[in-house]
Amino acid sequence: MTIQTAHMGASPMPTPGAKLVTTHDLGVYRSGRWLIEHVDLSVSQGEIVTLIGPNGGGKTTLVKAVLGLETHDAGSIDHAPGTRIGYVPQKFHLDWTMPLTVSRLMTLTVRASRAKVLAALEETGVAQLAGSAVQFLSGGEMQRVLIARALLREPDLLVLDEPVQGVDFTGEIVLYEMISGIRRARGCGILLVSHDLHVVMREANRVVCLNRHVCCSGVPQAVASSPEYQRLFGPRAVEAVSVYHHHHDHTHALDGSCPGDHACGHNHYHEHAGERASANDEKALSDV
Amino acid sequence: MFDDFLVRAFLAGIGVALVAGPLGCFIVWRRMAYFGDTMAHAGLLGIALSFLLDVDATFTVLAVSLAIALILLALQRQRAIPADTLLGILSHSALSIGLVTVAFMAWLRIDLMGYLFGDILAVGRFDLAVIWGGGALVLAVLACIWRPLLAATVNENLARAEGVPVAVYKFVLMLLVAAVVAIAMKIVGILLITSLLVIPAAAARRFASTPESMAVFAALIGVLAVVGGLGLSMEADTPSGPSVVVAALVLFLLSLLPFGKLRRDVRHAGS
Repeated sequence: MTIQTAHMGASPMPTPGAKLVTTHDLGVYRSGRWLIEHVDLSVSQGEIVTLIGPNGGGKTTLVKAVLGLETHDAGSIDHAPGTRIGYVPQKFHLDWTMPLTVSRLMTLTVRASRAKVLAALEETGVAQLAGSAVQFLSGGEMQRVLIARALLREPDLLVLDEPVQGVDFTGEIVLYEMISGIRRARGCGILLVSHDLHVVMREANRVVCLNRHVCCSGVPQAVASSPEYQRLFGPRAVEAVSVYHHHHDHTHALDGSCPGDHACGHNHYHEHAGERASANDEKALSDV
Repeated sequence: MFDDFLVRAFLAGIGVALVAGPLGCFIVWRRMAYFGDTMAHAGLLGIALSFLLDVDATFTVLAVSLAIALILLALQRQRAIPADTLLGILSHSALSIGLVTVAFMAWLRIDLMGYLFGDILAVGRFDLAVIWGGGALVLAVLACIWRPLLAATVNENLARAEGVPVAVYKFVLMLLVAAVVAIAMKIVGILLITSLLVIPAAAARRFASTPESMAVFAALIGVLAVVGGLGLSMEADTPSGPSVVVAALVLFLLSLLPFGKLRRDVRHAGS
């Protein structure tokens, strides 16, 4: 394991640092039922925590509670002092009646020089859209602009609620790679909401599966092979994870950093017996 | 020059339009037209109260429309009745209670038409002072809260997550709408106030590329509507309020014409 760890050091993977936000036994109670309860969650510096779970499982509620948009009825939320949060909401619709350009949208709540605005847009690859009307952006462009907008606040914690909505499958992978690039470049913590596991990127340090309560959590492969996860999403979802994992191994084989893994990836895809081993690989990856 | 009732009428109308334009943009952006209507309709109750208490109508109208806004805020916390149904209930009840109250005061001879549809020619020096003083105050407050209110309007959750106290600004906006209802009442009448807020702002959208330019255009279009409407009112002896609204509508319809195409054609012809 130690050898493998050193070996994997080629891919830059910052060590999770100080805790940015921690929830203890968190519960949100609305109109006669608990939307979420007994939730323990933490996000540290330089760490990507992915929140998955079925629709109505309380992912957005948890995110809103962390952001202070929903009051909680049980437990506690602790923010590290001075933690700046950048937020990309799940839904962003701008009425046609509001004349707003991208660069103006960027500076609604922060004052920033034009150079800084352009630099943030450049970081997510949409600097050319600075002068466009917000209403004319495509789904993927909108997400990139909103992420750039969150980055302009120089956040310690980036909260992304379903950032790949309205983006096709290849677009999803590109977007996830961009997000993990942001984590590497800035070292901020990222709390990411995704509707299921198959697009959860390899860089996720931890996956938390939420179905009103935390039903399982851990490295992506461990969650995928856990019985709770399989009960929620069915065996096909596990296959999907393997497919994506295979893709990941393949890229690594190409740049030659971990040549032994490619064959191993094939095994994952075809026989599920290999899953455990791959979970360990991921663990090694996240422990670096 | 303020001795001339025509001069007073035009000055009052222009003053109201300058305030109603920028504020009306927020009414349009936030989809509050029906809300504004409700506050305005409640104004009639304020007028009845002003006769009962013998105080100037501006203050009672302001007080009643604010009270209605607060009741609405409180009622919106429950989810059983949807917001637009609540507005429908409050809007017409307030108007009807006002009308019934006025009817009960048999000793009064109130020119109801003037209050419902505006009587700009009855604008006195005091009214003019209220309109320009109150209007300047409303614009000053709006300018102060412009940035955070705009952020809250674009996306409330995002603004809240980024530390904007959205509820405070929403409440201030309601105060401003109540104030405009009170000062615009004499000009267009309580039944038509919302049109002065909404129509110039809607007409301005076409020409605006930023929220600020939309506010400026809305104010200018409002001024044009007032000048045109009052001109019509004087020439043809039509009621002033509806004349202003008709003029605003004409400007709105003009804004729908394909100017962009025209400009392109001109450019092509020139090159």
